[in-house]
Amino acid sequence: MGTEMSSSVSTEMSPEPSTASTFTIATTVEEAVAALAAGATVVAGGSDLVVGHRQGKAPLPDHLVAIDRVAELARIDRDDDGGLTIGAVVTHAQLVVDPTVVADYTALADGSALVGSPATRNVGTLGGNIMNGSPAMDTGAPLVVLGAVLELRSPGGTRSLPPAELWTGPGHSSAAADELLVACRLPARPERSGSAYVRLEYRRAMEIAVVGAAALVSLDEGGALSQLRVALTAVAPTIIEVGGLDDMAGRTIDAGVLDEVAARSRAAATPISDLRAGDQYRRHCVGVMAKRAVAAAAARAEGHTIAVPVNRSIGVGAAAMAGGTPLKGFTS
Amino acid sequence: MSTSISYQLTVNGVDYPVEGGPGLSLLRAIRDQVGLTGTKEGCDDCECGACMVLIDGRPVNSCSFLAAQAQGRSVTTVEGLADEHGLHPLQQSMLDCGGVQCGFCTPGMIMSAHALLAENPDPTEEEIRIGISGNLCRCTGYTNIVAAVQALTGQQ
Repeated sequence: MGTEMSSSVSTEMSPEPSTASTFTIATTVEEAVAALAAGATVVAGGSDLVVGHRQGKAPLPDHLVAIDRVAELARIDRDDDGGLTIGAVVTHAQLVVDPTVVADYTALADGSALVGSPATRNVGTLGGNIMNGSPAMDTGAPLVVLGAVLELRSPGGTRSLPPAELWTGPGHSSAAADELLVACRLPARPERSGSAYVRLEYRRAMEIAVVGAAALVSLDEGGALSQLRVALTAVAPTIIEVGGLDDMAGRTIDAGVLDEVAARSRAAATPISDLRAGDQYRRHCVGVMAKRAVAAAAARAEGHTIAVPVNRSIGVGAAAMAGGTPLKGFTS
Repeated sequence: MSTSISYQLTVNGVDYPVEGGPGLSLLRAIRDQVGLTGTKEGCDDCECGACMVLIDGRPVNSCSFLAAQAQGRSVTTVEGLADEHGLHPLQQSMLDCGGVQCGFCTPGMIMSAHALLAENPDPTEEEIRIGISGNLCRCTGYTNIVAAVQALTGQQ
């Protein structure tokens, strides 16, 4: 298995070959799927799997298949329909410098740019983020508002599902043990639309979202809202979407709209209290993050450039600005 | 129960045999088997950056990267920077600018800064701070470390 180098062959050395540890370096999707079917666990960058092992959350499996060298999974491709296919082992470092991701799927770039440190972003993959299913993941809310569809491959075939059907709880997914996430597909960016992801953080690196929010704003020709999607980070057992925002269509983004978005976001949240924040603080702040995300997404939809990540370019308070752009209706 | 696997790692251009369970970290392989101890174990939890090495030129926390996953890739540690003429300019600049106090973070800090300058020879102060944002230092307050990197900007 593996064609790149002789050392990529699964190596076994034990008096009991049947219980020997294996480490397979897959170079094709077929090899990775076969290893999974044989009982191996996937390692992409290892930044969750290995750290989790070190922290005692879960023992490292004896049978591992590394998928970071599967070229097919490391690509970002423009689809014929104008959408984008992002391979499962595309790293956060790749995403934040990809011109198409930054231009058309900006909320995802906002999220990936905030993950860990440069070293974390060099090894951490979009697929790892998705499959670990943390409710605090920074790419989750962006993927939901951008309308992502995930593609899972197994010996039985391929199935596609939205992330909301994959995530079933903190660290839990509906994927079977033999299913490999191969790609994340994003639909073509709607005309006159923009997206943004903002999180509450206590420090600027090696941080996990206290709460966060992503927004997709589409405007009609007159500049009124035609579509609004908002998803929330770290206020429920999984990333959640704020439902029932369709009735905002036709309105112009102003302080009233933002306050309603904040109220509905707070109503949708069911946060916990933990070492990062209490539940009441989380509930309040997720409303603030939702307002910032909508305001920044609206500014981008109008053609203003707000540098990635929004977290580093947004000003707050009465004179809210982002990269020199006043954010409409934004007062707190 | 994990059993051992054997493979080779290329560290600073030299091939070394390595043997261990699949969970063996690149950090432990470098320190215990390759025998290079410039790379430090700080938190062993992907937080502090003391274990930073370059894999194919990009900074990675070696404590949380599987050694077996580094097969066939080029690993660079702090020992790979100096040559027969003496210290690498970054190492000298850290000394000249007072960027070194206890020294424990220094090898990892230098590896992150080295990767940054290789990719962006003329970074702003903000870009330098982002470049070393995965490296904790509890002594210097960072100011002199940033100055040590700034002293080398625009020299490519």
